[in-house]
Amino acid sequence: MSERLSVFKTYKLYVGGKFPRSESGRVYEVTDSKGKWLANAPRSSRKDARDAVVAARKAFGGWSGATAYNRGQVLYRVAEMLEGRRAQFVQEVADAEGLSKSKAAEQVEATIDRWVWYAGWTDKIAQVVGGGNPVAGPYFNLSSPEPTGVVAVLAPQESSFLGLVSVLAPVIATGNTAVVVASERSPLPALSLGEVLATSDVPGGVVNVLSGGTAELATPLASHQDVNAIDLAGADEVLAKELEIAAADNLKRVLRPQPVDNWTAAPGTDRLTAFLETKTVWHPTGSLGAGGSSY
Amino acid sequence: MASVFEYAPAPESRSVVDIAPSYGLFIDGEFTEAADGKVFKTVSPSTEEVLSEVAQAGSEDVDRAVKAARRAFEKWSALPGSERAKYLFRIARIIQERSRELAVLETLDNGKPIKETRDADLPLVAAHFFYYAGWADKLEHAGYGAAPRPLGVAGQVIPWNFPLLMLAWKIAPALATGNTVVLKPAETTPLSALFFADICRQAGLPKGVVNILPGYGDAGAALVAHPDVNKVAFTGSTAVGKEIARTVAGTRKKLTLELGGKGANIVFDDAPIDQAVEGIVTGIFFNQGQVCCAGSRLLVQESIQDELLDSLKRRLSTLRLGDPLDKNTDIGAINSAEQLARITSLVEQGSAEGAERWSPECELPSSGYWFAPTLFTNVTQAHTIARDEIFGPVLSVLTFRTPDEAVAKANNTQYGLSAGIWTEKGSRILAVANKLRAGVVWSNTFNKFDPTSPFGGYKESGFGREGGRHGLEAYLDV
Amino acid sequence: MPTTASAAHPLTDVTSSDSTLRRFLHGLPGVDAVGLEARAASLGTRSIKTTAKAYAIDLAISMVDLTTLEGADTPGKVRALGAKAVRPDPTDRSTPSTAAVCVYPDMVATAKEAVAGSSVKVASVATAFPAGRAALDVKLADVRDAVAAGADEVDMVIDRGAFLSGNYMKVYDEIVAVRETCGTAARLKVIFETGELSTYDNIRRASWLGMLAGADFIKTSTGKVAVNATPANTLLMLEAVRDFRAATGVQVGVKPAGGIRTTKDAVKFLVLVNETVGSDWLDNHWFRFGASSLLNDLLMQRQKLATGRYSGPDYVTVD
Repeated sequence: MSERLSVFKTYKLYVGGKFPRSESGRVYEVTDSKGKWLANAPRSSRKDARDAVVAARKAFGGWSGATAYNRGQVLYRVAEMLEGRRAQFVQEVADAEGLSKSKAAEQVEATIDRWVWYAGWTDKIAQVVGGGNPVAGPYFNLSSPEPTGVVAVLAPQESSFLGLVSVLAPVIATGNTAVVVASERSPLPALSLGEVLATSDVPGGVVNVLSGGTAELATPLASHQDVNAIDLAGADEVLAKELEIAAADNLKRVLRPQPVDNWTAAPGTDRLTAFLETKTVWHPTGSLGAGGSSY
Repeated sequence: MASVFEYAPAPESRSVVDIAPSYGLFIDGEFTEAADGKVFKTVSPSTEEVLSEVAQAGSEDVDRAVKAARRAFEKWSALPGSERAKYLFRIARIIQERSRELAVLETLDNGKPIKETRDADLPLVAAHFFYYAGWADKLEHAGYGAAPRPLGVAGQVIPWNFPLLMLAWKIAPALATGNTVVLKPAETTPLSALFFADICRQAGLPKGVVNILPGYGDAGAALVAHPDVNKVAFTGSTAVGKEIARTVAGTRKKLTLELGGKGANIVFDDAPIDQAVEGIVTGIFFNQGQVCCAGSRLLVQESIQDELLDSLKRRLSTLRLGDPLDKNTDIGAINSAEQLARITSLVEQGSAEGAERWSPECELPSSGYWFAPTLFTNVTQAHTIARDEIFGPVLSVLTFRTPDEAVAKANNTQYGLSAGIWTEKGSRILAVANKLRAGVVWSNTFNKFDPTSPFGGYKESGFGREGGRHGLEAYLDV
Repeated sequence: MPTTASAAHPLTDVTSSDSTLRRFLHGLPGVDAVGLEARAASLGTRSIKTTAKAYAIDLAISMVDLTTLEGADTPGKVRALGAKAVRPDPTDRSTPSTAAVCVYPDMVATAKEAVAGSSVKVASVATAFPAGRAALDVKLADVRDAVAAGADEVDMVIDRGAFLSGNYMKVYDEIVAVRETCGTAARLKVIFETGELSTYDNIRRASWLGMLAGADFIKTSTGKVAVNATPANTLLMLEAVRDFRAATGVQVGVKPAGGIRTTKDAVKFLVLVNETVGSDWLDNHWFRFGASSLLNDLLMQRQKLATGRYSGPDYVTVD
């Protein structure tokens, strides 16, 4: 009895809630740590990046306008769907990073828990970084964090799943939308994550995943005037400096690459606050301490 | 008021919930009889039918439950926060899944309309667990220090007006912070807490982390006084709250109290009238007025009194009172015969003291405990019905001339839980809010709740806050 | 029968000058948007079943202004519309006729023939519908044509540009002129285009302005823009007609138009009417739906109630 032949998955991009191929029609070989062929992944072009930014911008109003509770529910749903696909991702991470099944499983479990961690932040970050300010006058004064907009995210090159989620989840938890450039060498877990997002009630365009050459895609994103911020986690030192220079054209908020030994360590709030603007609103309250009725 | 458009009966089906003929106490992960075998009946206040027979906890059972909670505490508090979080997320999701069943159950046991349990109570219950689940692994960010510790075993006593919601307000933050709990639901509404115990089972919650002791005031008193309880949380009447404060005096027990209120709903002459009327109606007739933060005093600016009362009376005549399971019912049953007697007595006092009573035409069902929406005009601060909490669908209408006078009258009470402000002028909202001695101030809205929003009172309405980041403090050793 | 809109009433002085009109409109009570929308949404949770649903469906059908306002309208199309309005369901003759058909002025004559002998009225849009951007004499000529062709009702649009730039008197004078041109021959519906007026405060002001000028009906929208009738803006207009009758004794009708596609939607609106203004408005003399595809959904729901089976598009006619 011969062994059953499997059906290969054709890996597609995830843009605007749909799964297109690269408009360039190009693909490139993705291999495991031993050089064995895993799949052909789309080699995205700057036009794919452009389209992804359009999709992310379109989705921003609805996503940032949703209640924090709703965003938390959606992120938690992603964790539920990921839990169901644990085995799939263990295989993909093992292949992508050359890990044993048990090490890969640790990564996947940590990733699911990371989604849960961020799901619980959506309705709390405002309480931690916002608040009333006791100005010296008869004014109500409140500072609140708001998402900055469309964020380009260069996913870490080495940690193809835990690292990816660790940079992506904090961006969207607060209401930003994202254009993610997957690890160049190990893009498959990121592209598969797109499938999970599509079945988790994440509105189309909130997350867009591109695979291909990091430098080729990062450059148009870093200079794109409709991108509000960029996370350079996946850029090497030389590229990161070029991108930071390009980002200065519209004064994007830039998160410089930080070396991370261990993505499993508990994150702080830095990645949440990096993509938040603070809005401070004043309103007169009527005079304090005056004798007559001044209101 | 007869209309050509009569709504046909639209009953929510009872078949979604399966109420067993009897229930035990829930201790250490199991249902068990009371040590002395005592049981009591719980009835549906809208029909007086017996819903189930429930074990009645005595002091021996309280002791057993506290011991179970203590045993469970060691492991529970040692769990990484992210694991506790996942238990609470599971509970939140199961509550969402079983929302319809729980809403029907709550309507049957409490008497409130299905429209409220379905659209208000249950969504808030799930949201509360969801919110606090997310704090379990983020306590170092909550502003209570780098590694705040839980207190230990929490003894929690809750009232009958929002049974499952009050349970959520108590259990969610307690568990998230690493405590274990013994909770005593009210004697007229034990069922949703017992169903919650079943949800804990479905979620795989370790035994002893949550213990549910249905019973009467004596069980609550025993729980509060138990020497191995580290934290006491109580929601209920101010009188009992004071008793509890005396009981824990001299001990190391931390205490939070959420007690009664006599909320002032202040309507200024430039208020958006139609929306203010809705706010008044919600304020005092939501949950049949059996709400600690009810807007039970309407303070209306004298210059618009007649216009506002005309609009209010017109609106009240569209309220539909009847079968709580009918989806079109606005006003359900009063929770018990005792509560109905108390409301009736206070209302009689109101008339006796010279206030003018008015109710829309309202047919009351022949069985069950019912009270028609009622308003009293020509009420002043000196009237009993302006001072005492009635905890029923009875609104007292007072007037004021100036904003200063409104503030003075609103604050002129031993309570301080809630207040409402209706005006188009933003600076007036903020100035008045600044001066009101109330823990929750609603502006151009009323009776809005959210797990992120701290809730609690000033003065004899209690102390401590539930909800929000502030709500963590009660359960941490800080 | 309540007084006609043009008779004098306690508020007549309010329109004596531009500044008194402005002061009056700007002095109306404000609207809290969150509160208004919450009330409309809450009334939307009423559960209308069995006999109540049957009553509501038939009432809604009788309130439909069956509408075609397309550049591509032809006599053939209008005749088909008229036939449908008179006898909406050929499989069930007990189905009520609609209130009216609604067409452009040059189709009025054809429409009149198509509904002749029935209770169905002919309503005509006019005054350079939908944009309303034309000189006054052009708009009045439009109205005259419609009335001369036999229109029973005229649906006019207000000058939103004038309204939004604060020229309330101009808007008022135009409505009065149209009212006079209609005379007693045709009832006047005044369309505000709520989507363009944008705020609830504006919708409240426009409602009072229209009623003071003699509208028989106030109407939300043309159906030609993105945002048309909503439960909240209709609720607001119902509150306005309630308050206007209380102040003046004059009763004015309400017509939400555009975006009402399903029976569920229509029933929600009837609940709003019922619980805001009551039985006096639950009649097609005082409440209408401006709709086209709504009718077929009402018919399918009616068929389900009658037969117990879910219906389908093959069992209702294309008009």
